Amino acid sequence: MNNEITGAEIVLKSLTEQGVEVVFGYPGGAVLPIYDTLFKQNSIKHVLVRQEGGAIHAAEGYARSTGKTGVVLVTSGPGATNVVTGLTDAMMDSVPIVCITGQVPQHLIGSDAFQECDTTGITRPCTKHNYLVKDVNKLSSVFHEAFTIAQNGRPGPVLIDIPKDVQFASGTYEEKNKIIIPSHRLFEPSPDFEKNKIEEAVKLISNAKKPIFYIGGGCINSGPKASKLVREFINMVGSPVTMTLMGLGVVGSSDKNSLGMLGMHGMYEANMAMHECDVMINIGARFDDRVTGRLDAFSPNSKKIHVDIDESNINKTINVDVPIIGDVKQVVEKMITVWKEKKFQIDDKALKLWWGKINKWKEVDCLNYNNEGKQIKPQYAVQRLYELTKNTKTFITTEVGQHQMWAAQFYKFEEPNRWLTSGGLGTMGYGFPAAIGAQVGHPDALVVDIAGDASILMNIQEMSTAVQYRLPVKIFILNNEYMGMVRQWQELLHGGRYSESYTDSLPDFVKLAESYKAVGLRAKTTDDLDDVINQMIETKNTVIADIWVTKEENCFPMIQSGSAHNEMMLSKGQKQDKKSAEKGKILV
Amino acid sequence: MNKSVYASPDQESETKRHILTVLVDNEPGVLARVIGMFSGRGYNIDSLNVAEVSNDENISRITIVTHGTSEVVSQIEKQLLRIVPVHSVTNLDQEGSSVEAEVALVYIYISDSNKKKVYQLCDLYRARKIENENNTTIFEIAGASERVNRFIKEIKEITKVEIVRSGPVAISSIKKNEEE
Ligand SMILES: Cc1ncc(C[n+]2csc(CCOP(=O)(O)OP(=O)(O)O)c2C)c(N)n1
Ligand SMILES: [Mg+2]
Repeated sequence: MNNEITGAEIVLKSLTEQGVEVVFGYPGGAVLPIYDTLFKQNSIKHVLVRQEGGAIHAAEGYARSTGKTGVVLVTSGPGATNVVTGLTDAMMDSVPIVCITGQVPQHLIGSDAFQECDTTGITRPCTKHNYLVKDVNKLSSVFHEAFTIAQNGRPGPVLIDIPKDVQFASGTYEEKNKIIIPSHRLFEPSPDFEKNKIEEAVKLISNAKKPIFYIGGGCINSGPKASKLVREFINMVGSPVTMTLMGLGVVGSSDKNSLGMLGMHGMYEANMAMHECDVMINIGARFDDRVTGRLDAFSPNSKKIHVDIDESNINKTINVDVPIIGDVKQVVEKMITVWKEKKFQIDDKALKLWWGKINKWKEVDCLNYNNEGKQIKPQYAVQRLYELTKNTKTFITTEVGQHQMWAAQFYKFEEPNRWLTSGGLGTMGYGFPAAIGAQVGHPDALVVDIAGDASILMNIQEMSTAVQYRLPVKIFILNNEYMGMVRQWQELLHGGRYSESYTDSLPDFVKLAESYKAVGLRAKTTDDLDDVINQMIETKNTVIADIWVTKEENCFPMIQSGSAHNEMMLSKGQKQDKKSAEKGKILV
Repeated sequence: MNKSVYASPDQESETKRHILTVLVDNEPGVLARVIGMFSGRGYNIDSLNVAEVSNDENISRITIVTHGTSEVVSQIEKQLLRIVPVHSVTNLDQEGSSVEAEVALVYIYISDSNKKKVYQLCDLYRARKIENENNTTIFEIAGASERVNRFIKEIKEITKVEIVRSGPVAISSIKKNEEE
C-alpha cells in the first residue's frame, strides 16, 4: 500500500503527466484538498481569476492560441454554475477543455448540502462528456480518458466532478500509457470510405468551372499543418477561397486566392461567389446559419463537397453531394496526392472567366465607408490598429457585437490560431479573459482584445487578474456608448426604437484602468488615434485604450436574416424588400 | 433537415415510425445523455426501453421508438453516435425485416354478461391470465405492437380496462440474415 497517494495528489499527477503547464481557477470549500496539493508543488502554474466565468474563457483563449488543452479548476455549486456559459461556448466552437469541479462529499450528495448542485446534470448538454468520480482508484484513468476525449475527433469541453471525500481518499495512480480507451468512445474514421470519396471529390474539383473553397474552424483545429496543406491544395487548383469567422487565418488575408470572410457580414465577392459557384468545397465548416443565409436560395447550382470530422454535420442543414468524414489534415493530404497522381488539371480558361467575374464583384468595394471628419470611425480604428501591429506577433481576441465584425473585416490575419472570437455562442465577455489566456500561452506576444463598451463590462473584474500576473494584455474599446449591434438591428428591423441598447453611466475607462494599477489611454479624435495605439503597444503593462468612435455607425455589408447570399445590403440607404424583412424579423 | 432557423430547401420525406436500438456502456448518466439529446434537439420519443444485456461486458441495450422523416431520423442516429458511451446505433426499419415484441398488462373488469366474450378474445390473442380476484382479472399479452394495439382496441369495445405497456423491444430478424 506504499504507493498509495491521495485523490488530490492523483489529480495533480495526472495533470502533470498530461503535460499541463497552467490551470485557470478559483478556490472554494469543495476543492480545498486540490488547492492544498497545488500549494506543495511547482510544476503547474495556477492563474487565479476573479470570477469562474473568466477562468474558462481564459482556458479557451489559451487552448485556441496554443493548440493545447485548457484546464480549469473551480469549486462546487456556484463555482460550477459559473462555468456553464464557457463550457457551452467551448462546445459550440470545439475547444478542448478539461474542467475540474469540486463536489460535496458523497454521503451528502442528494441532500441539498451547502454549495451542492447537480453539476454533471447541469453540464451534460454543454460538455462533450462529463464524469462524477466516486472511486479514487478510477481518478487517474478518468483524467487520462478526459484529456483524450477533449482533444480527439471534434474537440470539446470535458468536465470531471470530484467529491471532496474522493480528493482526501488514498488510491493508486495509473500512468497514461496503461489506460486503454475502448475505440467506441473515440473517433475513428474509416480510411477506405474516405479514399473513394476523396477520388470522387478531387475529380469533381478538376471538372469545376466555378469552384470555391469554403474554409472553417475545423482546419484550425486540425493543427497548423492542416492550414499549410489547405493553402497548398488551393494554390494547386487556383481556386478562390472564402473563410468563416472561425476559419480566418487558415489562408492568409494577403493570399491572392483569398476573398476574405463570408456570411452575414462577410465580403460581397465571397457571398456572390458562393451563390454562383458550380463546385463548393467545404473544409471544416458546418453550414452555420450566419453563413448560409436563407437555405432555399443557398448556392443553388453547385455540387457540394463537405469534409468534416463530425458526421452529424453532414446533411444537417444543407444536403451535400460528396461527404468525407475525417480529419482535415489527413483528408487534404490525400486530396493533394490524388490530384498529383492522376495529374488532374482544372479548365484554365473557365477559371479565368470565373476570376473575371469575381474581380468585378470586388470592384463593388463592399467595405467602403465614409471616413470624413475628425471623429474616429470604428472601421478606421481597426485599420490603424492593424497597420501599426502587423509587423509584431499579434493575437486578436474580441467580444461580441459590431466591433467583432469590424475586427473580422478590417484586421488581416495571415496565420491560424491568431484570431480568437466567440463564434457559435456569441458570448459577450469572452474576449478579455480569452486574451489573458492567450497572453499566458504567449508571454512575449502582443495580445489585443478588440472590445465593445458593453461587452467589456461583462468580465471587467479580470483586470485584477491581468495586473496580478503582469500580463500586458491590451483592451482596445471601440466605444460607441451603445450595444451597437443591438442598436443596428433595432434601426433596421424595429423602427429605430432603441429599447435599452444605450449604455448610460459607463465608467471612465481611463480611471477604471488606473484604479487597477493598469494604464488607461483615450483617443477622442483621429489626431490622437495613432499615438494612442503606439503608446498602447509600447506599454509593458495592462492597458485599456478607450477609443471614442462615431456612435451610430452600422456594420455593412449585411445579409439580413431571411435573405440570400445574393441579396446583400451594402450600405445604409439600401432597403431589404419588405416581405423578406418581415419574414426575417422572427429569425435570430 | 428542419433543424435550421431558415426554411429547408428540399422536399421532406414522409414521417414514419422508426425503432432504434442503441448499445451503450452501462455507466451512470448514460440514459440521461440519450434522453437529453432527444429533448434538447426537439426529437420525439414514442417509447423507450432499457436493460442490461451482457452482464460481464457492462453493456445495456436501449430500444427507442421515434417518428420522423428519414432526414430527421438519420440526424438522430448521428447525434446518438456522438455520445461517448454509445457503442452503436441500429435503425431496425432501415434494415428491412426485424422482429419486435412488447408486453402489456391489462386489468379487465369482468361481469357475467361480458365474461364469455372476454375469454374468447383473450384466447384468440393468446393473452395469459396472471391474477384473478372478484371481478377483475389481470391478463398479459405479448407480441408486436400492432397486435397489442388490436387486442386493446377490441377488448375496450367489450369492457372497461386499465393498461400498462412496456413499449417494444426489437432485434433484426434471422431470416433477413440468411438471405444475405
Ligand atoms: C452574454 C450576451 N448577452 C447578450 C448578447 C446579445 N448582444 C449581442 S451584441 C450585443 C451588444 C454589444 O455591445 P458592445 O459590446 O458595446 O459592442 P458593439 O456592438 O457596440 O460594438 C448584445 C447585447 C450577447 N451576445 N451575449
Ligand atoms: Mg458598443
